[in-house]
Amino acid sequence: MSSSAEPPPSPGALPTKPVEEIDRVAIRFAGDSGDGMQLTGTKFTEATALAGNDLSTFPDYPAEIRAPAGTLAGVSGFQIHFASEDIYTPADQPDVLVAFNPAALRANAKDVPPGAMIILNIDAFTSKAMARAGYEQDPLPKLRDRYRVVEIPITSLNRAALQGLALSQREVDRSKNFFALGLMYWLYNRPVESTERWLASRFKGDLLEANLRTLKSGHAFGETTELFPASYLVPRAKIDAGVYRNITGNTALAWGIVAASVQMDRPVFLGAYPITPASDVLHEVARHRNFGVKTFQAEDEIAAVSAAIGASFAGHLAVATTSGPGFVLKQEALGLAVMTELPLVVVDIQRAGPSTGSPTKVEQGDLLLALYGRHSQTPVPVLAPDSPGDCFHVMLEAFRMSVRYMTPVIVLSDGYLANSAEPWKIPDVSALPRTEIRFETDPEGFQPYRRDPETLARPWAIPGTPGLEHRIGGLTKENVTGNVAYNPANHEEMVRLRAAKVAGIARDLPPIEVDGPDRGGVLVVGWGGTRGGIRAAVEDLREAGHTLSSIHLRHLNPFPANLGDVLRRFEHVVVPELNEGQLSLLLRAEYLIPSHSINKVSGQPFKISEIRAGLEPILGAR
Amino acid sequence: MAAPARPATRKDYVTDQDVRWCPGCGDYSVLANVQRVMPELGHPRENVVFVSGIGCSSRFPYYMNTYGFHTIHGRAPSFATGIKASRPELSVWVVTGDGDGLSIGGNHLLHTVRRNLDLQILLFNNRVYGLTKGQYSPTSNLGMRTKSSPMGAIDHPVDPISFALGSGATFVARTIDVDAQHMQEILRRAHDHKGTAFVEILQNCPVFNDGEFEELENRKSRTDTALILEHGQPLVYGGPGSRRGISFRGGVPSIVELGDHEDPEERGVPIHDEHYEMTAYAFSLASLQRPDFPLPVGVFRSVEKACYEDLLQQQVDDAREKLGAGDLRALLHSGDTWTVES
Ligand code: SF4
Repeated sequence: MSSSAEPPPSPGALPTKPVEEIDRVAIRFAGDSGDGMQLTGTKFTEATALAGNDLSTFPDYPAEIRAPAGTLAGVSGFQIHFASEDIYTPADQPDVLVAFNPAALRANAKDVPPGAMIILNIDAFTSKAMARAGYEQDPLPKLRDRYRVVEIPITSLNRAALQGLALSQREVDRSKNFFALGLMYWLYNRPVESTERWLASRFKGDLLEANLRTLKSGHAFGETTELFPASYLVPRAKIDAGVYRNITGNTALAWGIVAASVQMDRPVFLGAYPITPASDVLHEVARHRNFGVKTFQAEDEIAAVSAAIGASFAGHLAVATTSGPGFVLKQEALGLAVMTELPLVVVDIQRAGPSTGSPTKVEQGDLLLALYGRHSQTPVPVLAPDSPGDCFHVMLEAFRMSVRYMTPVIVLSDGYLANSAEPWKIPDVSALPRTEIRFETDPEGFQPYRRDPETLARPWAIPGTPGLEHRIGGLTKENVTGNVAYNPANHEEMVRLRAAKVAGIARDLPPIEVDGPDRGGVLVVGWGGTRGGIRAAVEDLREAGHTLSSIHLRHLNPFPANLGDVLRRFEHVVVPELNEGQLSLLLRAEYLIPSHSINKVSGQPFKISEIRAGLEPILGAR
Repeated sequence: MAAPARPATRKDYVTDQDVRWCPGCGDYSVLANVQRVMPELGHPRENVVFVSGIGCSSRFPYYMNTYGFHTIHGRAPSFATGIKASRPELSVWVVTGDGDGLSIGGNHLLHTVRRNLDLQILLFNNRVYGLTKGQYSPTSNLGMRTKSSPMGAIDHPVDPISFALGSGATFVARTIDVDAQHMQEILRRAHDHKGTAFVEILQNCPVFNDGEFEELENRKSRTDTALILEHGQPLVYGGPGSRRGISFRGGVPSIVELGDHEDPEERGVPIHDEHYEMTAYAFSLASLQRPDFPLPVGVFRSVEKACYEDLLQQQVDDAREKLGAGDLRALLHSGDTWTVES
C-alpha cells in the first residue's frame, strides 16, 4: 500500500521528512457551522483536483444557518475522498477526522474506524465545551487507546502566527480553519497556490495577510512538528486525457441551462423561488445575464413555474428549479403545460421529507410524484442525472426533448448530487449537440393542435407571428383545432394522444446496456444520484468473487424500450434506492417481475457497505 | 386568417367561438368595449396577448382574436409576467375577477403590481363566484347570503382599489360595465400608461348577484352615487340642486353641500390630481364607499416608475457590455482547470 516516492514541489522550505505513497485517503473536516468547514473542504477539494486525483466529496451541514455554537446540532462536516484510481463515492468512513471542537468529535467519532487518525484542535477541549457537547467526562484518554490522536493547539498557534496584525481576536480566530487547511496541504502534499490565488481575489490588507500567513503557518507546522513523522502522497489518477475542472451538481445544472440557450440559440427564462438545496442554481444562472438569460425570483413556487410557462408560450426556453415542497406546489401548473403542450423543464432537487423534512439531506423520494403527482392522466417525461457532472448533460437533453416533443420535462437531481463535487472532464463545446428551433410561421392551414406525424408534437406558434393568432388554455381541446371541446370521444382521444406522444420518446432513447453479463443471476438496477455507491459496491463484490450485473436508469419515463427484456433475463432484480421502493414499484407494475429492494431513508447517501450487505444474501443464496 | 391590410376594426378582434356568458352578463359589454378600443391602440393584432385565470371573466381570451392564454386559477398575472418579461414588445392584458384575482390569486396580484410590468390588468368585480354557481367572494358584502353562507357571509370584504394602491400600483382606475364611453376612455388610458395599469370594472352578474351596482349603472341615480374623477377638476358630484363635494379636512372624508354656483375649492374641496407620488390621497379616495359616500370612478392614481421588464433587459445589456456576449467555452473553462495528458 505504501512506498517511497519523490514528493512534489511544495512551497517554503524543502521537505525533509519522508513521503509515503498511498492509493487513496478519505478526510473529514468537522467543526461548528461557523467554523468554515464547507469552505475548508471546498478549498482542499480544489487543490486535490489540481493534484490530479480522482475525487468525490460529501458536504453535510445543518439546515440552521447558525445553530447554537458548540452543540451537536451545529456540527458541519465535509468529507473528501481522493485516490490515484477511479473512485465513485466519498467513502463510507474517513481515514482522517479533523475535529475543531468536542461536538464535532462526538458527532463524527463513531464513523471513524479504529486505528485511524483523529486530529483535534486541543484548545477547544475545555471542560465547558466538552460538557456542552454532552461528554460527561474527558473523552480523550479512551480515544487515545482506539485511534491515532494528534492533539494540536490550533487556536493558540494561529494567534501566535498572526501577532502584530490589526485584527480583532475574533477575526484572528475565524481564520484558524486555514491553519488546519495548510497543515493538511502539507500532510497530503497538495499545492497551495490555488488557495492563495483565491484568497488574494477575496481579501485585502491585513485580512489577506492573516489568511495567507495562517495557511503558511499550518503548512510549516506540519514540516517542523514531531507529531507527523511523514507526509503522504496520493499519485495522480490515470484518467482520460482532457481538460478537467471540479464541479458540483448544482453548478453543472446551472451551466447546462446556460448551455441549452447557446446550443439551441434561444434565450432562457428561469423562474425560481428560494429553496434549499436548489437556490444555488438560481444564484449561478443569475450571474450569467450576458448569455441573455433572464432569471425571475418569484413570489412563490407557483408564480415561478407559471412565469416560466408564460415565457415558453412567448417562445423562450423555460425552466423552473426547485426542491420537493416547491415541486409539489408546481404540479397544477405542470398539468397546464401538459394540456397546452408547451416546452418546459422543471428541476426537482430532491431532499428528505415529507413536509419540510430535512432540507439539507438527500432522498430519492419524489420519483412517483414526478410520474404521477398530478390529477388525472398527465404524463411527463422524467430524467435523472447520475453524477454531479452529468447534471450538465441531462439539462441539455431535457431542453432538447421538451422542444422536440412540445412537452414539459422533469429532471430529478438530489441534495447529494447538488452539493458534492467531482473532477469533470470539460466537454468539447463544438461536439455538444445543437438544436435548431423552428417556430411555426405559415398561416396556410395553421392549426394549433395539428401534430407532427412522427413525434406527435404540436407546432410552437408564438405571439408576434402574423396570422397565427390563437388561444390555448387548460380546458379540453378539440383535436387539431385546439378549440374548447365538450365531446367525450374527443376528450378520450386527446388523453391517449398525449400519452402516446410521451411514450414515443422511448424511440429516441439509447437501449440499456448491461454492465457485466447480459443475463444470469443478479441484476442491480439503480437510478439517479446513487450510481457511484452502487458501482463501487458491485465492483467490490466482483473482486470478492461474485458474478453480478448492473444497469443504471437515466430515463424514468418513458423507460428505454429494451428495459423489460433486460430485466427478464435475470433471476433476481435488486433495486437500491434512497426511498421506500418507488422504482421497484414501477418495475413490478410495468413488467410484472419480482424485485428486491435495498432501501435507505436516513437523509444520507448509501454507504458502499450497505449496498453490499443488501446484495450479499441474494448472491449467497444462489 | 392573414392579417388585414386595411385598417383594423372591431370585427378583426372577434373570434368564431360562441360566447358562453349568461344572457345579460356584464362581461358582454366589457368584451365589446375592449374589441372596440383595440384597433386604436396601434399594435398589430399578432402582438397582443390576453391572459386569464379561471372564472366567468377568464373565458375572455377565447373571444379575442389575438394570442390568448387561459391559464389556471389565480395565476394569470404570473403567466403574464413571464410573457412580458421575456417579450417586452408584446401588449399583454390580464383578465381576472374578484375571486380569481383577490382570493386564490391575491399573492400574485400583489407582487405583479409591485413589480410594475407594463401590463393592463382588468379585474371584473361582480362580488360573487359565478362559475361555481354563486358562493360569496372576497369582495362580497358582509352578511351576503349565498349557498355557502346561508346565514350570511362573515368575511370582511377587500376593496380592490385599496389593494392595488397598497401593492404600489402606478395606475389605478375604476369603471362601470354599462358605461361604454367611460370604460373605453379608461382602457385607452390604461394602455397608454407605462407600467402596470390596474382597472376595476364593476360588473353585474344577473344570475347570482343581480343589481349589486344598480345605483351606479343607472344613469339617473349615478349622478348622486358616483364621484367621477377627472384630473384637474374638483371632487364634486350631484346635479343641480344636489351639488356636493368631498373634503378631507382633518384627514377624514366628509361631504360638503355646495350651492350650484359656489366655488368648491373655497369650501375645502380638493382638485383631483392623479400624479401625487404619495398614495395617501388616492387611499383617501378609495376609502369612499357606498352608502355613506359616492363611489369614485375614473383614474385614482397615475405615476411613473421603472418597469420590471426594462430593468431586467437593462441588466442583460449591461452584463453584455461589461463581460461581452456569453462564451460557453470560456464559462466551462473559468476558474481552476487542469490538463491530463494522454
Ligand atoms: S354567472 Fe354571472 S358572471 Fe358568470 S356568466 Fe353568468 S351572469 Fe356572467
